[in-house]
Amino acid sequence: MGFGAYAVRRLLYTIPVTLGVMVLLFLLFEAIGGSPARLVLGKSATAESIAEWDAHNGYDLPLLISWEGLLRERSLVGLFDAQLPRYLWRLSRWDFGTSYVTNQPVRRMIFEGIIPSLSLTVPIFIAGFLASIGIALMCALHRKGHLDRIVVFLSVALMSIPYLGYILVGQFWLGYAWGWFPIWGYEGISHLVLPWLIGVVSGLGGNVRFYRTVMLDQVRADFIRTAFAKGCTTRRVLWVHLLRNAMIPILTQVVITIPFLYTGSLLLESFFGIPGLGYIGVHALHTGDRPVLSALVFVGSLLFVLFNVLTDLAYVWMDRRIRLG
Amino acid sequence: MAGKSGRQQWHGGVRTLAGDVWARLKRDRTALACLVVIVVYCLMASWGEWVYWSARVQDVVPIYQVQDFGHRYEPPSGAHWLGTDALGRDVFHRTIQGARIAFRVGIITSLLALPIAMVLGGAAGYFGGRLDECVVWLYSTVASIPSLLLILVIASVVGHGLIGVYLGIGLTTWVGLCRLLRAEFLKHRQLQYVEAARSLGAGHARIIIRHILPNLFHLVIINFSLRFGNAVGTEVILSFLGVGAEGEPSWGIMISDARLRLWQGVWWELAASIGATFFIVLAFNVFGDALRDAMDPRLRMVEGS
Repeated sequence: MGFGAYAVRRLLYTIPVTLGVMVLLFLLFEAIGGSPARLVLGKSATAESIAEWDAHNGYDLPLLISWEGLLRERSLVGLFDAQLPRYLWRLSRWDFGTSYVTNQPVRRMIFEGIIPSLSLTVPIFIAGFLASIGIALMCALHRKGHLDRIVVFLSVALMSIPYLGYILVGQFWLGYAWGWFPIWGYEGISHLVLPWLIGVVSGLGGNVRFYRTVMLDQVRADFIRTAFAKGCTTRRVLWVHLLRNAMIPILTQVVITIPFLYTGSLLLESFFGIPGLGYIGVHALHTGDRPVLSALVFVGSLLFVLFNVLTDLAYVWMDRRIRLG
Repeated sequence: MAGKSGRQQWHGGVRTLAGDVWARLKRDRTALACLVVIVVYCLMASWGEWVYWSARVQDVVPIYQVQDFGHRYEPPSGAHWLGTDALGRDVFHRTIQGARIAFRVGIITSLLALPIAMVLGGAAGYFGGRLDECVVWLYSTVASIPSLLLILVIASVVGHGLIGVYLGIGLTTWVGLCRLLRAEFLKHRQLQYVEAARSLGAGHARIIIRHILPNLFHLVIINFSLRFGNAVGTEVILSFLGVGAEGEPSWGIMISDARLRLWQGVWWELAASIGATFFIVLAFNVFGDALRDAMDPRLRMVEGS
């Protein structure tokens, strides 16, 4: 199979997966959750107003498919006059409705939240990536040495500290007790430094461990021994031979984490008052704001599916030895 | 060599997998230390269960819920080893209860996720074909949804405190192991020992359960050890965000209660809950890694030591 055919097949496979995501979201939010009329209309709602709201928003329709619609319309179109088909149709047109709490269009809320989220997560991502690659290279050079062992233990320890611990300790000591950083708000770079710092440090353990494993796999390979044998300097072996070959597994790992930048950080944003998607998400969770939550999850899943395809294609593109099938 | 004595002699020379693993683990001091930590937490959790159930049976207020307004925010002392909280409740006993909840979460979510992964992964890899396509589609779909958001949504939709947490974590974290088992089953079904079993007349169920699964069960055990720490960490976040434990002293609830008091110099409740989470997660992470090194022969050879 050629690369083109593989690419087309891989792209086509995103359709059933996206459909699956939509159906799963429907089951979770609409089928199990039931009608949100009581939540939307508040405590003063009467039975009639609830029934009216349900009818207006399609919550009185059958869940999956409508046999009555089939009889009424006398065509197959009527069969799809049910909650699930309508939900799928809405999502595929990016129509997420309006928030139950703020009454704003959900699409606009998400667009407005993306920038604060990215301003938090992108610097964390880049700084974390560079720092952990550097440490991992150092480990690969000194493998089986004391330095390597200390780094491995430290990274497992860093991984095991609860995320809340980082945030609370960072916010209390660095922000409040020592007064180095502001602890609340979104008013410029100075407000972002502390969340950046916490984000990088809390992710460091897992990243270093992963990149170290990748580097060690490469260090054992024959081409490294050959490079040393023909007299390359350590620096040349490190930067040219090792890093370039390690790039394939590293890139696949890196690209697949990019979609997660979009949702921002639920906890960091709520603690530091950054009005991004994580903040919006936590708020929606607490208020039961279903359209916002489902739109957040849906867009996140869509990005993941997209980047997954890109990763797979890039992987095959870079390493043509991989057997397609 | 025929006969009973010969067979026994031969058996004596064989090292079993469990014996082999134990021999390797024994040499790893860090792993042993972690095992001790895990056992200590296990005892704490059991004690917590005992306190919880005996209070329920006797219909009294359990010791970790007893309020004492005369002794609010007391620092650690002989009477209260880890001090008291905003309602004068003993932080030490609440930390023990946190261990009970953490172990419940770790065990129950594993009881949900591991069977799903084994059944789906095994069936998909062994039978292949349409079934395989369905399973791959299912786990690709679940894996596409941002995991923490999905768990949060499930937990909040289900509600009912910890039951939502069990379902949320249990129904989403089977994907990794399922993928791994599917790949391994694909490989193993073509190996000679499976062919031999089949030619001896063994059915599919027998081949899967008696022949292939024992060869792959170490993967399940490793996964159990590594997932336990993650489940505990996730539960802390869920409880902190208010979709987890209700009215019970989970470590997440304790962190949530204590964080506002840090400004007043009340550090012990926060230290106890964060410390308790840290050590059990660390122990399971390190022990899981050691277990993987000791159990996975392929990895062992690659490491070359």
